[in-house]
Amino acid sequence: MSIEISAKTIQPVRLSYGNLKERFGDKKPASRYQEAVYDIQPTANFHYRPLWDKNHELYDASRTAIVMEDWYSFADPRQYYYGTYTIARAKQQDVAEHNFAFVDKRDLFDSVPEEVKQAAREILVPLRHVEWAANMNNCQITDECYGSNFSTVAMFNAMDRLGMAQYVTRLGLLLDGNEETSLDAGKKAWMEAPEWQGLRHAIEDMFVLDDWFELMVAQNFVLDGLVFPLLYDRFEKKLTTDGGATIAMLTEFMDDWYKETVRWTNALAKVTAKESEANQELLSEWTNKWTDRLVGALEPVAAKAFGADGIEQLTEVKEELLARLTKNGITGLKRS
Amino acid sequence: MPAKKLNLRKRYELLTRGMGWETTHHDMDDVFPYDSFEGIKITDWDKWEDPFRLTMDAYWKFQAEKEKKLYAVIDSFAQNNGQTNLSDASYLSAIKLFITGVTPIEYAAHRGFAHLGRHFRGDGARVACQMQAIDELRHQQTQVHTISHYNKHFNGLHDPFYQFDRVWYLSVPKSFAEDAMTAGPFEFITSISFAFEYVLTNMLFVPFMSGAAYNGDMATVTFGFSAQSDESRHMTLGLEIIKFMLEQHEDNLPIVQRWMDKHFWRAYRLLALVSAMQDYMLTNSPLSWKEAWDVYFVENGGALFEDLSRYGLRMPKYHELATAEADHLSHQVWSVFCLLGNATGFHTFLPTEEKMDWLSEKYPDTFDKYYRPRFEHWAKQKEEGTFKYLEALPQLCQVCQIPMIFTEVETDPMQLSFRASEYKGDKYNTCSDGCKDIFDHEPEKYAQAWLPVHQIFQGNCGGATIPEVLEWYKFAPEDGGDYIGSQDHARWQEWKGTDKKVKEA
Ligand SMILES: [Fe+2]
Ligand SMILES: [Fe+2]
Ligand SMILES: [Zn+2]
Repeated sequence: MSIEISAKTIQPVRLSYGNLKERFGDKKPASRYQEAVYDIQPTANFHYRPLWDKNHELYDASRTAIVMEDWYSFADPRQYYYGTYTIARAKQQDVAEHNFAFVDKRDLFDSVPEEVKQAAREILVPLRHVEWAANMNNCQITDECYGSNFSTVAMFNAMDRLGMAQYVTRLGLLLDGNEETSLDAGKKAWMEAPEWQGLRHAIEDMFVLDDWFELMVAQNFVLDGLVFPLLYDRFEKKLTTDGGATIAMLTEFMDDWYKETVRWTNALAKVTAKESEANQELLSEWTNKWTDRLVGALEPVAAKAFGADGIEQLTEVKEELLARLTKNGITGLKRS
Repeated sequence: MPAKKLNLRKRYELLTRGMGWETTHHDMDDVFPYDSFEGIKITDWDKWEDPFRLTMDAYWKFQAEKEKKLYAVIDSFAQNNGQTNLSDASYLSAIKLFITGVTPIEYAAHRGFAHLGRHFRGDGARVACQMQAIDELRHQQTQVHTISHYNKHFNGLHDPFYQFDRVWYLSVPKSFAEDAMTAGPFEFITSISFAFEYVLTNMLFVPFMSGAAYNGDMATVTFGFSAQSDESRHMTLGLEIIKFMLEQHEDNLPIVQRWMDKHFWRAYRLLALVSAMQDYMLTNSPLSWKEAWDVYFVENGGALFEDLSRYGLRMPKYHELATAEADHLSHQVWSVFCLLGNATGFHTFLPTEEKMDWLSEKYPDTFDKYYRPRFEHWAKQKEEGTFKYLEALPQLCQVCQIPMIFTEVETDPMQLSFRASEYKGDKYNTCSDGCKDIFDHEPEKYAQAWLPVHQIFQGNCGGATIPEVLEWYKFAPEDGGDYIGSQDHARWQEWKGTDKKVKEA
């Protein structure tokens, strides 16, 4: 009883941290997302220039040509902070774990036709290197970006990509009963098979890009916007039709992940393009450049995956991507 | 066909290694441009032993469990007004120092490890750094969420990150973090993972966390213990990187030793703020700074360095001085905060009789002799209404950025310790041989320091008077000064009074 009375008499003297009060007012308490990610990164009075980059301050908005009046105009529509992020992924990994265990226990791979397994080896297993590169690239964005909202979203993305590279690896191990031959063959294909070399070349060029926002466009807008619909969605459907539903079960995580991820990339495209004519031009220049490059690089992969149908599948995926980006404010894209 | 059994080690290797490749369209030195300029020689990155074998699925699972528990406690703490169970509201000065001075370093560690997570050439080392990068983001975010409730009920917690970039005493942690981040990747990890997290982490962690437990702050205790399993991974990484560098090439030893000397001293000076927190801000102190130093540095640290001596590594330079200073450190730092209590974002207060007796007991050689008289003198002045805050701004050490308050403890503890160097015709002051060595080795770096007092004199901090500067800091008048008579104090009395009345009724 006494607790109740004293609890009632205790009124807060403020509802939010000062930065959030300035941004969102003091009518209601700030959300946990807002508290976690807004205005955390230092912005002023840096002590020393980085020994490894004397042309910039430690945190420096000029590491990209994109200019934002307020780098916190972008908010993650998923409102992920560490707690909600890990809890969401823990649920997804629970499903994935269940699927892997189910396939393993019932020896479901025994009933998958050998050609389907071979197709998975040739097309899906090399994607572990693509995800690994995506991990590096998002780590690069976490490192170089401006704003704690960006470093948060990029960090989560980087770790997601490591997780997915690991799921593809486990698929590769299941394909040959842990003999590692599929992984070895996948790596050899990634390094040498002609159909992968264009993509590997493009990805290596991404590793040395100067502008982190261009890397954001190349990796998270364009490459993911092509690879996920083409290979984790359409190609998986083809495998399923050919008797490989088991394989699709093991990449369900990627499918769900991509559906979720486009929500924030769409939001980011929109906010950045809307900011200024100059941003909009940069975004369309980069999108055009990397769409050309990556569609070209993926043509032999698509042909290998879908046969005669490959180029058409890839073109459809590209059109969907460009239509989506246009809808989200990146105009001036070269449609075929 | 029965699948071949993979042992955990092999399985983990397949899940982290072999996914990266030697690039052929760009030189690896262009893909990883930052991991060689420091002179550390790595002949074989594959020799890197992953300090913890954690795949992402397991990571998500464990961490999500921890988060669910933590947020359940945070929520119930807020619902039940857990702040009323504190030992005393003056204790919150410690939390104010924590969120303005420590939480921003968590974010710095997040970005710093992301830099390494991209730029180390070895796949295993990159993954380990990425895991730490996301952990450190966790620490920043959970601390902001935990302390959010205190911010709703107390002053001085409202703008920690804005203040970190500006306030005079917060340039101590800020310059510490930026020192490491602006260095190369191997120096960064030696500083943060080894010198700070491995050698000195208990000096930070124990005072804050057991201090919280001793003072009824269950919210801080909960996030502290929740972070501890992350920290034990970080410590393992710290030890692994040192061994790895030393095993890779004998030329690495002198470089690593110099970094060890430098970052030990740098981290130790940062912890001077913690010493004051531990001995003076905590209403109830679980152990004194000196006791903690003896156990965690002299004993445990000594054993660690004995273990590392097989690699040729010796104890960090000036560690004897740090041990000698343990008798003086907290008293000197708290004194300066009390004298500048008009310019702090937390409340200061003179030690009570009870506290002074405790200090006499813990510091039998120094407290009564040197420090009790000054606190008693100030207490008397306060009673008579003659106490005056310092009007002059203190001179800061060019390296650690603490006011020049340290003394020659080994020869004459009342004599200020003062060192100076010259660089390009200008004179730079440092507080100790440790800081002077650091300056002299890289004068071009430390000459750049954004020294708050210089900046105030140059008119870059809102104006020339103390009130103008405080406004620029976003220090509200009610944030600083004496605890006694403050709004926090009044609110506390009101709650406790209400409680009392309700109980009586
Ligand atoms: Fe941390
Ligand atoms: Fe840590
Ligand atoms: Zn110093």
